[in-house]
Amino acid sequence: MTTRRMILALAVAAPLLLIVAVAIAFLAADPLRSLTGAAPPVEQVTVERQVLDGDGIGLLVRVGGTEPVRIAQVQVDGAYWTFVQEPSGELGNLSSAWLRIPYPWVLGETHHIALITRTGLAFEHTIDVAVATPDTNSLGVLGMVGLFVGVVPVALGMLFYPALQVGGTRAFSFSLALTIGLLGFLLVDTLQEALELAADAAPGLHGVALVWLVAALAFVLLLAVGRRKGGEVSGLALATSIALGIGLHNLGEGLAIGSAFATGAAALGTFLVLGFTLHNVTEGIGIVAPLVQEPPRWPVFIGLAALAGLPAVAGIWLGSYAFSPHWAALALAVGAGAILQVIVEVSGLLMRRSATQGTPWASASAVLGVILGVTVMYGTALLVQA
Amino acid sequence: MRSLFGQPVTRRLLLAGGALLGGVHAARLALGGAAAQTHGPGHAMPITDGQPSAALSAAHASHGGMMTVGEVDTARNGFDPHTLLTDWDTGEVIRDDQGRPCREFVVEAIDKEVEIAPGIFFPAWTYNGRIPGPTIRAVEGERVRITFRNRGSHPHSMHFHGIHSARMDGVPGAGDVLPGGQFVYEFDARPFGCHLYHCHTVPLKRHIHKGLYGAFIVDPDPARHPEHEAVARSRLLGTPENREWQEFVMVMNAFDTNFDEENEVYAVNTVAHAYSKRPIVIDRGRPVRIYLVNVTEFDPINSLHLHGNFFDYYDSGTTLTPTLRTVDIITQCQGQRGILEFTYQDHEPGHYMFHAHQSEFVELGWMSLFDVRGEVA
Ligand SMILES: [Cu+2]
Repeated sequence: MTTRRMILALAVAAPLLLIVAVAIAFLAADPLRSLTGAAPPVEQVTVERQVLDGDGIGLLVRVGGTEPVRIAQVQVDGAYWTFVQEPSGELGNLSSAWLRIPYPWVLGETHHIALITRTGLAFEHTIDVAVATPDTNSLGVLGMVGLFVGVVPVALGMLFYPALQVGGTRAFSFSLALTIGLLGFLLVDTLQEALELAADAAPGLHGVALVWLVAALAFVLLLAVGRRKGGEVSGLALATSIALGIGLHNLGEGLAIGSAFATGAAALGTFLVLGFTLHNVTEGIGIVAPLVQEPPRWPVFIGLAALAGLPAVAGIWLGSYAFSPHWAALALAVGAGAILQVIVEVSGLLMRRSATQGTPWASASAVLGVILGVTVMYGTALLVQA
Repeated sequence: MRSLFGQPVTRRLLLAGGALLGGVHAARLALGGAAAQTHGPGHAMPITDGQPSAALSAAHASHGGMMTVGEVDTARNGFDPHTLLTDWDTGEVIRDDQGRPCREFVVEAIDKEVEIAPGIFFPAWTYNGRIPGPTIRAVEGERVRITFRNRGSHPHSMHFHGIHSARMDGVPGAGDVLPGGQFVYEFDARPFGCHLYHCHTVPLKRHIHKGLYGAFIVDPDPARHPEHEAVARSRLLGTPENREWQEFVMVMNAFDTNFDEENEVYAVNTVAHAYSKRPIVIDRGRPVRIYLVNVTEFDPINSLHLHGNFFDYYDSGTTLTPTLRTVDIITQCQGQRGILEFTYQDHEPGHYMFHAHQSEFVELGWMSLFDVRGEVA
């Protein structure tokens, strides 16, 4: 090792050692003790999943807080009820366990659960509408719902492709602007949902910060990947990016539907599925818009529809069997990053085309397209609430 | 998609949607739900004969699953609800300056963490380290002298129900004791009956629901009640007539563990389900007398319902003839109390329930059993 390297190593090691030393000194001295005193421990318990079946109620709980938690008793509907915890004993920070409660839940009714810890704190969980949790036998049915929500509407939207081709240059610009509008709505929608889920996750996971970070990382990463060959993205590459971004968004929609099955908000039923379906038709138009002037071979359309729509199937499966708020929030954060990347790329394409044609990029048809995109998405989103 | 979680969806809509959703799937879900109900045991609370179905495990076999899990460490608590039932504190009898009998007691307020249900620990304030505090028992007309020492972290007092002077009231300004301090309450034990004592320091709710209360029983002096001497003698602790009876003190209480002014645990003598996990043994040949006191905080009333039997009730215990005859439920407001008398002489041996007749309290811990034993004649 050369002297130079040794000096470099020392220069790196010395501050590191000092940081460790300061941390140890701080922990040892505990200068905050006089401020916290004998304050009671701060406990946090979050219910991540619930399973209702012939054996009663199962809850996956996660502990997040400064103190380990011992769940002493479980109340269901204001009654102490027997339960078995797996694994048993005290739960350390961020660890999780299943609680199996042999409670005779009632189909279609609401049940209130309170988890009472050693210190008497009560953490409440509500089963809004009790229905049996889908089991693996219903994979097929759920998969069909996924295809109906994800692939079918995207494919239907793509059927507007010939109309876009006939429309010429102005129609092309208009449909690109429309795509930006609908993606803008999806971006806000996806982020909002991700943040809501993050708020439901165990506090120790800092879900909200993670959502922003992951979304930003996904955006930068996808932008870099999209432009790794240099220059701007257009045509098929752009369509693929859009399909990927929408696919990730649909994964999130699938998670929402699947977890609604799992949590008994089976409502979803027809209204939710129909709402999502209509909502997603517009996505198909967005995907094919960049392809108007360079028509691909027809299998490409199938591939794009699958890329955008199939994640809904995966989402529904995951949502029904393995739903945890923090994983769902992360998936949606990636989706938000992807959608933002697509917005940037589509906007770039739109501006380049305006430049080559000598028209202002903020033309009337472009502005109208963006507004229409947002409005249509908002309108179909209202259907989901109906 | 945010609308799914963000919007209040009506139950009717949810149910309608669920029913519409793919016929096969809905039917299967419904069947699954029905199966869960069929297997559910919670409709009855079988004690001796009922068997829960095999689908649900044996963990909840005896009470249909409606039960706390685990056991309370009575050694750590320093008291056992079963021994509290018959643990009379009769103090020490001396002669006072005028040569009258005087009963002396010592009571200390102590901060103590108490296990009120298996695994649930309550940061309590106690008299003598137990909840309820010592059952102070004296005889009508005797002088009572209670030396109260406050070893707790807050001011406390002892306010006795009974007849006494203003100076001995145990309220702020008359018998409130600062931490480390001491006060001697002195008064005559009257009237005879089943009373209570509790801390009267403010904030009152906090001091009571933290655990500072106990029963104060004044036995009638038979010499003063010639018309009911036999009854009075049966109440007077230590007489042969009294020994015929099986006497228990039961203080109905509850605990708000998360301080939201609603109780998480209901009990008799503090520990949830203590007497249903280990029933109180009764000799069916001897009559039963219960000194019942209600100190439940936050709920306006509490009650006791006896299964398979009826009892006579003496409101406040201040009469020697029943104030209510042949009832099976008695309702008491906070601070109310009385004496219950009944017998299982003509009953077959077995487990007989008694519990609050507010089902909420039952399921949160106030459910108990008598284990009636003895040969059938
Ligand atoms: Cu007090």
